[in-house]
Amino acid sequence: MSMQSEAVGLPSDLAPSRLEGFPLLPTFILAGIALVAIFANALAPYDPEVGNLVARFRPPAWQAGGSAEYLLGTDHLGRDVLSRLIFGARVSMVVGFTAVIVAGVIGTGLGIVSGYLGGWVDQVIMRVTDTWLALPALTFAIFLTAIVGPSEMNIVIILGAVYWTRYARVIRGEVLSLKEREFVKLAIVAGCSKRTIMTRHILPNVLNSAIVLGTLMLGVVIVTEAALSFLGVGVPPPKPAWGLMLSDGKRGMMVGYWWLTVLPGTCIMLMVLSANLLGDWLRVKLDPQLRQL
Amino acid sequence: MSTGPLLELVNLSTHFISERGSRIVRAVDEVSLQIKAGETLGIVGESGSGKTTLALTILRLLPQAARICSGRMMFQGEDLLQKSDAEMRRVRGKRIAMILQDPMASLNPLFTIGDQVAEPIRVHEGSGRAAAWRRARELLKAVHIPSPETRLNQHPHEMSGGMRQRIVGAIGMSCEPRLLIADEPTTSLDLTIQAQYLKLLRELQRAHGLALIFITHNLGIVAKMCDQLAVMYAGRVVESGPVTRIFDAPAHPYTRALLSSIPRMGDPRQRLAAIDGQPPDLAALPPGCAFAPRCPTAFDRCRAAPPPEFAPDDSRRVRCWLAAPGAGPLDGQVRGGAG
Repeated sequence: MSMQSEAVGLPSDLAPSRLEGFPLLPTFILAGIALVAIFANALAPYDPEVGNLVARFRPPAWQAGGSAEYLLGTDHLGRDVLSRLIFGARVSMVVGFTAVIVAGVIGTGLGIVSGYLGGWVDQVIMRVTDTWLALPALTFAIFLTAIVGPSEMNIVIILGAVYWTRYARVIRGEVLSLKEREFVKLAIVAGCSKRTIMTRHILPNVLNSAIVLGTLMLGVVIVTEAALSFLGVGVPPPKPAWGLMLSDGKRGMMVGYWWLTVLPGTCIMLMVLSANLLGDWLRVKLDPQLRQL
Repeated sequence: MSTGPLLELVNLSTHFISERGSRIVRAVDEVSLQIKAGETLGIVGESGSGKTTLALTILRLLPQAARICSGRMMFQGEDLLQKSDAEMRRVRGKRIAMILQDPMASLNPLFTIGDQVAEPIRVHEGSGRAAAWRRARELLKAVHIPSPETRLNQHPHEMSGGMRQRIVGAIGMSCEPRLLIADEPTTSLDLTIQAQYLKLLRELQRAHGLALIFITHNLGIVAKMCDQLAVMYAGRVVESGPVTRIFDAPAHPYTRALLSSIPRMGDPRQRLAAIDGQPPDLAALPPGCAFAPRCPTAFDRCRAAPPPEFAPDDSRRVRCWLAAPGAGPLDGQVRGGAG
């Protein structure tokens, strides 16, 4: 941020606006999903986990046979789809954000240590990273779930453990160039310990990249969570997760119960697309060095 | 202690050793120098002559490939080479401070000036933030930053180059070091700011009685700033002594060549005097004197063996066979060079 304005040095009325090209719609969608997730209890008309077996496979309200009682229809157990979507937003948001943060903290920490200390520490961390990256993320995540068992908490930890490597790589690269900067050398000359330099001088300077990367990872993490739930090794039923809803509804799709798959699928798509668009914009805006990523 | 040297380097050698040990670069070779409190020692030499490596050796901040092979570094009566890493960290910034080659880039863009000036005080003296900031304000005043109150809360990009440089000076002075090493601190500044900065450094030096090691390749700055001078060539100090003596009568042919390559006003010559040839490869030094291939006065002995340090008088050291006791040519050469 400051680097950019320093390098360009244009007067403020000539400099391009900070919000130029801001992706308004994706931000609204993400913010909307977040609000829905926060106020799920107040918004959802029914309990998402309790069905009414008399009212199974009701279509959405606007279709023949639908009623205003169940706006987006019901599933095979007579559970309200709208309520499940609303609570599903909460699952996606919570799992997505916490997993990104977990991965970010692990990856950024290891990236800084690896890049700054160098030597054998760097070798060990980077070889582990290479090995990690060689494993297909989804298969690896399934394998880990098989070990610890599926639960919302475990999914967060597993996704963090699978995706930290991307941060570690990028952050390490940043640190390699940062540590040659004069202000880091001045800190060394001034007698700062390695820990002080890493936490006080390096960390704040890589936060930009970590945040950009986090936004880009959000989409990946949400899709992975949905895939795990779809495969039955993610969020355990009857919790309403979008991936789980897809999975439950997949057989109904063949006999015309389209709302059971199209609606949660659209939700996943919108959220991931929004996160990616916002991430792209942030990347260009905050971090010129990361543009080629 | 008070009259002895503050820092004394004895036979100090720093070599870079390649991974397989096949190439040895003698970046600093058998350097002996001393500096007293309140004195300024100028170190001059062309790029790659080992000036910066020497500075980093004193702070023990060498890259991994470098080894300090021999010698002693006595600082305030203690050998810095015997200290542990943790002890060295307490020396750096506290007793020996350094100003880097590019002070313009020496400030962290994300922190306020106050945080950065206060940092060494907090690291070394464990003062609280408020106390350290009070000291920082005093320091900014001492380096003539107008309205230090506001400046403390600003970020580096809000300052001019000259100001940033003075702030780096303030950081160097923050823990009242006994020795300040300035590695070409003015190369990135324009001339007027350069002059102001040098004046400031001398002011600080006088106020605190600190010793200053000034690394530069600008002989004009040496003439203005320094008491003592050491001329480095290919990792060795070829000549050292009081500035005035060396400028009046350079004993080493290299020093003489350096001095005569300074352009002078009203000089009738059409071309600047230059030194022919290239500095030698530090990994493959000639068997004799490193300067012999470029030296106009070299004779057989120069190509056979490297000259030890000779002392033409009690304050000077010269690494040149011409200065050997009984070697006749020196007197003639010195007069010729000075005239």
